[in-house]
Amino acid sequence: MGHTVVFWLGFCVVMALLIIAPVVLPEFWRRFLTEVLIWGLLAMSSDLLIGYTGMISFGHSAFFGLGMYGAAAALLMFSPPNLWLALAFGLAAAALIALFVAYFSTRLRDIYFAITTLIFSQIFYVIIFTWTEVTGGENGLNFRRPPLAIPGLFSVPFNSETMHWFVLAVVTASYLILRRITRSPFGMVLQSIRENEPRTRAIGYPVERYKIVAVMLSGLFAGLAGVLYAIQNRFAAPDFIFFLVSGEAVIFNVMGGIGTLVGPIVGAGFFQLMREMLSRLFGDQFPYLIPLGVVFIVMIIFLPQGLLGFARRWLNR
Amino acid sequence: MELTAVLYAIPWDQILIQTVNGIVTGMILALIASGLTLIFGIMDVVNFAHGELFMLGAYIGVVVLATTGNFWLALLIATLAVALLGAAIQVVTLRPLLGRDPLTTILATFGVSLILQNYALWQFGPVARKIQEPFSGHFTLFYLEYPWYRLVIAGLSAAIIGGFWLFLKFGKYGIWIRATTQDRVMAQAMGIPVPLVHTAAFALGAGMAAASGVLFGPLVGVNHTMGLDWVLKAFIVVVVGGMGNLGGSIAAAIFISLLEAYASIWVSPAQAVIVSFIVLILTLLFRPTGLFVPTPK
Repeated sequence: MGHTVVFWLGFCVVMALLIIAPVVLPEFWRRFLTEVLIWGLLAMSSDLLIGYTGMISFGHSAFFGLGMYGAAAALLMFSPPNLWLALAFGLAAAALIALFVAYFSTRLRDIYFAITTLIFSQIFYVIIFTWTEVTGGENGLNFRRPPLAIPGLFSVPFNSETMHWFVLAVVTASYLILRRITRSPFGMVLQSIRENEPRTRAIGYPVERYKIVAVMLSGLFAGLAGVLYAIQNRFAAPDFIFFLVSGEAVIFNVMGGIGTLVGPIVGAGFFQLMREMLSRLFGDQFPYLIPLGVVFIVMIIFLPQGLLGFARRWLNR
Repeated sequence: MELTAVLYAIPWDQILIQTVNGIVTGMILALIASGLTLIFGIMDVVNFAHGELFMLGAYIGVVVLATTGNFWLALLIATLAVALLGAAIQVVTLRPLLGRDPLTTILATFGVSLILQNYALWQFGPVARKIQEPFSGHFTLFYLEYPWYRLVIAGLSAAIIGGFWLFLKFGKYGIWIRATTQDRVMAQAMGIPVPLVHTAAFALGAGMAAASGVLFGPLVGVNHTMGLDWVLKAFIVVVVGGMGNLGGSIAAAIFISLLEAYASIWVSPAQAVIVSFIVLILTLLFRPTGLFVPTPK
């Protein structure tokens, strides 16, 4: 059997499981799985930078958070709330911010890129946190969930099952688009930047332009994750712009395996599952980030390919 | 006439007070940033956990002060304890990563910072602790009773940094550190125990962060998130001053603290932070090697 056949078989099996999941799972785990998918999408978007272009972004929380606030703006301004307007507003907000951040930060490399993206996300955090009249400040914004509707065809209110399927559809579509992007000539140039930037430039590719587009695409998908999260939880809060969220996205990447797109979702699932297990075993007050931080460091040192890379190597043996 | 009106409109007394405040925080920031820049210069490690070492130093200060009642003993013990912890962190997490992509060290130290921060939250709780000032004299500065202690910490920070500079310049081990910074392989060839120098430099930087934590503790409460604010500021300082450049970091620390102090005359301190963010972005755009270094040829 060829490689592609195996891939699509695996893809279909996983998809089937994820589609059936909300029917068989109890309410809590249904919501849990939906959130894992959303966090996975955020991590997957930053994988385009970490894994494929070789740039570590500590500023993805800005795109994620602005996606949330964009959706919030659409849902609060228009009555009745409209799902597609929320998506459009959230994506527009994230894209605008991503263009701004990309223009400045891509002039820098390595550590400087990481620090600049971090600082940018903190700027947006401070602005949103202190601009209380518009953004609700520390308390954030609350709103109602829009119905799942196609104008003129049908309109049903979201419940946790349809929400899961909707998120699943968006995440799957994003995955397929990102997979296509990373295998396109454009994606090849990104990987060549990761491997050897001066040589890529010497061949004649405008490296800066490629990087700007990469950051923008990545920011767009992070914004999409933010919109989904806002609709799922019916609020937008400044905490999600704080750079620790970006840090978690990076952790998901490292745990699952960078440069694989699926890995970050696996990493997000692993992280959230560990967190849930730890707080069930030791109580809500347990500082779950201590053991998870240890696991994270151990993985960086001994398992740089992440869970997925490890599994792949183990299967091939 | 115009000019005098403008001159009267400027709040000179506030500006002078904020100048003193800016220099005091600037010296503390310089103490933190010089450890960070030392660690970066010698092993290309951006230490994300530096703020947490600062925070942990302050907490150890709180604990020792509560048991012994002596501020200076607390300062000494916190510095030594965190220096030891720093050495341990370096050996366990950073030494195995030597020779890998420098970006992996950001990830590893980010993991360390998460662990330390959550440990502090778990151990000491979310309520801020207070370190009592070792003495509480005041002098009159316009309408304010200005505490002497603030001037003393500025002086102490300056003394520590000065001592550190002398050590780097003339001390035998300081010369080892500088040699390793310049050329790791050559230093090894000359018989310098490079891995040991790395660990020692990390411990030194960690100790300096802890010392500034204890010194700064009396001015603000000690809580588990204090490290985050300071590590961000220290990052900005180190980049604006030129990565790995000690003198530049000190100048940048004072420059940025002064700007933030002046800005907070007109806007809230939370928004004044944006000023330093803007300085960083402008620096990165126009002089990515740092503001306070000679133009590279």
